[in-house]
Amino acid sequence: MSLTSDEVNRIAFLARLAIDPDKIDAYAKDLSGIMNFIDEMSAVDTEAVPPMAHPLDQAQRLRPDVVTEENQRETFQKIAPKVEAGLYLVPKVLE
Amino acid sequence: MHDKTIRELSDGLKSKAFSSLELTESFLKRIERLDPSINAFITVTPERALKAAKAADVALEKGAAGPLTGIPIAQKDIFCTEGVRSSCGSKMLDQFISPYNATVVDRLNAAGTVMLGKLNMDEFAMGSSNETSFYGPVKNPWNLETVPGGSSGGSAAAVAARLVPGATGTDTGGSIRQPAAFCGITGIKPTYGLVSRWGMIAFASSLDQAGPMAKTAEDCALLLEAMAGFDPKDSTSLERPKETYSQGLDESIEGLRIGLPQEFFGEGLDPDIHQAIQAAIGEIEKLGATVKAISLPHMHLSGPAYYVVAPAECSSNLARLDGVRYGYRAENPKDLKDLYMRSRGEGFGAEVKRRILIGTYALSAGYYDAYYIKAQKIRRLISDDFKKAFEEVDVIMGPTSPSVAFQFGEKSQDPIAMYLSDIYTIAVNLAGLPGMSVPVGFSKGLPIGMQIIGNYFSEQRLLHVAHRYQGVTDWHQQSPTL
Repeated sequence: MSLTSDEVNRIAFLARLAIDPDKIDAYAKDLSGIMNFIDEMSAVDTEAVPPMAHPLDQAQRLRPDVVTEENQRETFQKIAPKVEAGLYLVPKVLE
Repeated sequence: MHDKTIRELSDGLKSKAFSSLELTESFLKRIERLDPSINAFITVTPERALKAAKAADVALEKGAAGPLTGIPIAQKDIFCTEGVRSSCGSKMLDQFISPYNATVVDRLNAAGTVMLGKLNMDEFAMGSSNETSFYGPVKNPWNLETVPGGSSGGSAAAVAARLVPGATGTDTGGSIRQPAAFCGITGIKPTYGLVSRWGMIAFASSLDQAGPMAKTAEDCALLLEAMAGFDPKDSTSLERPKETYSQGLDESIEGLRIGLPQEFFGEGLDPDIHQAIQAAIGEIEKLGATVKAISLPHMHLSGPAYYVVAPAECSSNLARLDGVRYGYRAENPKDLKDLYMRSRGEGFGAEVKRRILIGTYALSAGYYDAYYIKAQKIRRLISDDFKKAFEEVDVIMGPTSPSVAFQFGEKSQDPIAMYLSDIYTIAVNLAGLPGMSVPVGFSKGLPIGMQIIGNYFSEQRLLHVAHRYQGVTDWHQQSPTL
């Protein structure tokens, strides 16, 4: 299969990933090659095979519903690119 | 001193032949002298190291020392280290000073090891040559024109160049075993869930597993003992009793049944590697093992399945890097969408972008069943092949990689060619099994690695076989001239 430049742009938008417009064609070519490599799977009949999510088929472990973490806002915000008054700053979303 | 194993250094510390401070200073000097040409370290932490060495000397003096007390090590830069940059080889995290330690780091610190610094790697562990690192490629100490392998290339090169006696690595599709093979050292990827993933920057969460890299199997056993164990902070950590991997390594391996999968010895394998593996297996047979031909019929599907599962999980894991809470943030964003898109577009390198795009596509509406679920079904088939094989044999042996270390630039323009260098290692991650690589020879002056794969929780057995092999050969003692 091959991916068009438009499809690469659509996927890049879904991933919120800016791609240099000059490089879209190169990405389309690389991704098409990778998808062809992956497509070898489609020749195999897997109708009756259950999907494997965990090698040892373990389920999510449960724990008692008690608070174990303290609030460490200051520590974690110290490494944020932009904070003010304990809040993360982002460009305005609503006018 | 730098040629000694961890076991020998540990004995030297206990007998007061040298102190941890002397040992640490000696390795730091060696890093300063040799690393500019190898580029194995992203960050060296001499002040912390000297402080930790002094503390280790106090513990040694008091007689409160374990086998790793005072031993210098280095951490792959994928592990979060409190107060030290934890970059994961990416511009995205170039300024990221972790506010906490990974469990692996805490455990190795508690065992008394002395961290010398953080090791170079492919960006977010995505690569097989270390060429995708934001900090420039690591050079293979055996030949500076060739790659060290990846993604734990800095770890493998640092141990091979004797800049550190042991290091941590992580392995999602071969990232401990393939660089260990390329650099002529020993490394083990444990059973999925044996070592905590807490604080290990996530790539593909259902495959990622940390393990040790060192000169010998015995040293790997000592490091793994400290690293492994249940961690409530990792939701896939396995609750099971702790094992002592370094015990019983000298016992006989008489009666060991080795399986040789025909799929490991077919087209595409370098004949020199084929020959070296056969010779190594011959040595192990002399120790009392028997050999049986086996088949892993779905092996050829491991690459395709892996390149759905790993990118899908990475696209989800890396979604958290958005320029808001930590990591790189683009300048002057015009709106929120622009902030997200440019922070990620400018912060990630080309291979990471390729994988995010593939993963996003595979998980997008209408494609999920055709790709991710299909790949998980293939995963089951691959895992069942191994299950069947382990009814007849105790371990599986074969090459770690189809070639020895290749030249810089040789595969970096062709993603598929690069992906194929992990063709023998990927299936092990998909099945969640333990696997290791041990040095078994050279081709054109470059090391050859043999892979040993075992059933779930057979780390002790793998290390045991490797240790016995290393008792009758000296490939693991060879070191490059620098």
